[in-house]
Amino acid sequence: MTTIAPPVVRTKGSNKSSGGRSGSSSVTWMALPAFVWFTLFGIIPLFGVMFLSFTTWNGIGDIEVTGLTSWKAALSDPGLPHALWITFLIMALSWLVQTPMSILLGTFLATSKRYRELLAVLYFIPLLLSSAAIAITFKALLDPNFGLGAGLGIESLNQDWLGNATLAMATLIFIVSWQFIPFHTLIYQGAVRQIPTSLYEASQIDGAGRMRQFFSITLPQLKYTIITSSTLMVVGSLLFFDLIYLLTGGGPGDSTRTLALQMYQKGFQANLMGPASAIAVILVLVGLILSLLFRRLGGRADESQLEGV
Amino acid sequence: MSTITERTPATTVTGTPGPRVKKSRFRGYNWLGGSLSWLWLFVVMLPIYWIVITSFKTQDTYFITNPLAPPTDLTFENYKAVIEADFVRYFFNSVVITAGAVVPAVAVSFMAGYAVVRGAGNRTLKAMNWIFLTGLAIPLQAVIIPVYLIIIKLKLYDTLLAIILPSIAFAIPLSVIVLSNFIRDIPKELFESMRMDGASEWGTLWRLAFPLTRPALVTVTIYSALNIWNGFLLPLVLTQSPDQRAIPLALANFQGQFGINVPAIAASVTLTTVPIVILYAIGRRQLLSGLTAGFGK
Repeated sequence: MTTIAPPVVRTKGSNKSSGGRSGSSSVTWMALPAFVWFTLFGIIPLFGVMFLSFTTWNGIGDIEVTGLTSWKAALSDPGLPHALWITFLIMALSWLVQTPMSILLGTFLATSKRYRELLAVLYFIPLLLSSAAIAITFKALLDPNFGLGAGLGIESLNQDWLGNATLAMATLIFIVSWQFIPFHTLIYQGAVRQIPTSLYEASQIDGAGRMRQFFSITLPQLKYTIITSSTLMVVGSLLFFDLIYLLTGGGPGDSTRTLALQMYQKGFQANLMGPASAIAVILVLVGLILSLLFRRLGGRADESQLEGV
Repeated sequence: MSTITERTPATTVTGTPGPRVKKSRFRGYNWLGGSLSWLWLFVVMLPIYWIVITSFKTQDTYFITNPLAPPTDLTFENYKAVIEADFVRYFFNSVVITAGAVVPAVAVSFMAGYAVVRGAGNRTLKAMNWIFLTGLAIPLQAVIIPVYLIIIKLKLYDTLLAIILPSIAFAIPLSVIVLSNFIRDIPKELFESMRMDGASEWGTLWRLAFPLTRPALVTVTIYSALNIWNGFLLPLVLTQSPDQRAIPLALANFQGQFGINVPAIAASVTLTTVPIVILYAIGRRQLLSGLTAGFGK
């Protein structure tokens, strides 16, 4: 963690000052394999999903172009606004829990040399695990009959965490935070360490306490990092699939059924690929709108680079 | 969780000057941050500790002993059960998928990253770079149906190749961006002197850019490998038979298969995670620095 390799960041701002001769076509071919590959499985499917949303297809047979039929079916499904609401809820709640925690932890890690190494190593572990492993671990851990609560015999821990709509949502938010707070903590600690020490020294001379320093130096200096981290959180939360699929399957009932899950169930379980594609298009649009919104908030052009991480 | 967030605005800082304040930006030890960090460490480690110790317990002792106490007599029965449930095959499948996707993905991304930097000003390359940048915003989930259609049309459904092909594509955008950012940092003079020596672009790519971007290559390789190794959606949608099952999907199946045998489930989770932890231990520094580099202010 000691090497934060700032060069990458620095150059992002000044893309023009590249080390190359301009206009050399002799290197263009080198970009072709990556470009063709990504076009084949990234760009074409993006247009493909738009096309498929105007068709009727059961996943096996022939694809029939049926105009707006699939869109009508998708939009008239009462499950859609509900899924949108659940997606939004997960997005908002997980942001609310993760952001203050990550900023606080990141600030602490950045300023305490002694524990930084150890904590950074251990904090990173949840990021290594697959969502499948995390879902299965927590499912076993929280099981009302065989889990931790039952084994310890503590009443308050022994609840049907995933069987009650409200509790299931809370549990989900907790697990998402468990999984991603470490990552955002690392982002914030990297950013805090880049704040010039002179700012703090100056404020110290002026007699500012730590609280004051935190709110008038650290927080404002973290502005862009907060936007970056929030973009990742919010756009990322649109796409939670593995975790929810394995943890609750969208249940109990439909209380944790997000857009991504709704799309999967429509397409691959109910074999309605047309309406599922329409939901996928909505998913892309929501993601696009959100990241544009955040980009505007940040007023920087390079935010889009971070969404996929 | 709610208790932790509620505490945030009411930050009370006791500015007790500690012994290690000299170098610190703040006066005194940050008690709130400190205790929160250790609390969160506990929260992070508890499930991991639990899953590991449980994997060494027998099913009988699991139900009667304190779930947080380490096992009194270690048993490897659970691991044996997992391995007998065809674990080795799934493991091998995941290795093939990960290696088969990461190596070509990083190779073509490196070439593309080089081209983007060296050909700056070239319109075609600018357009390609724009597509890579925009491509980051394309979520795999949203295009999974057409990807499924393409795989069926290619008659690759239910093969490992079905997972490998899209995995390569989705590793490319971020890899190109990270690598081109690193290549851009190579001083112009070095490229110039390579040119003076009569080296071709291809030669410069391998003899100059490759050694100088090695840390970034490690970062990108580990990061992509992690994503692909842990990937669940592609195996779920594009494969069907147990023969082609990748590890995350196998985990989900173990869960159904072992039912209430919690120690066996714990063993399966532990066993599938070991390779990643080893990989992490090897490349930790590069991974962390490479990842945080992109996000710092």
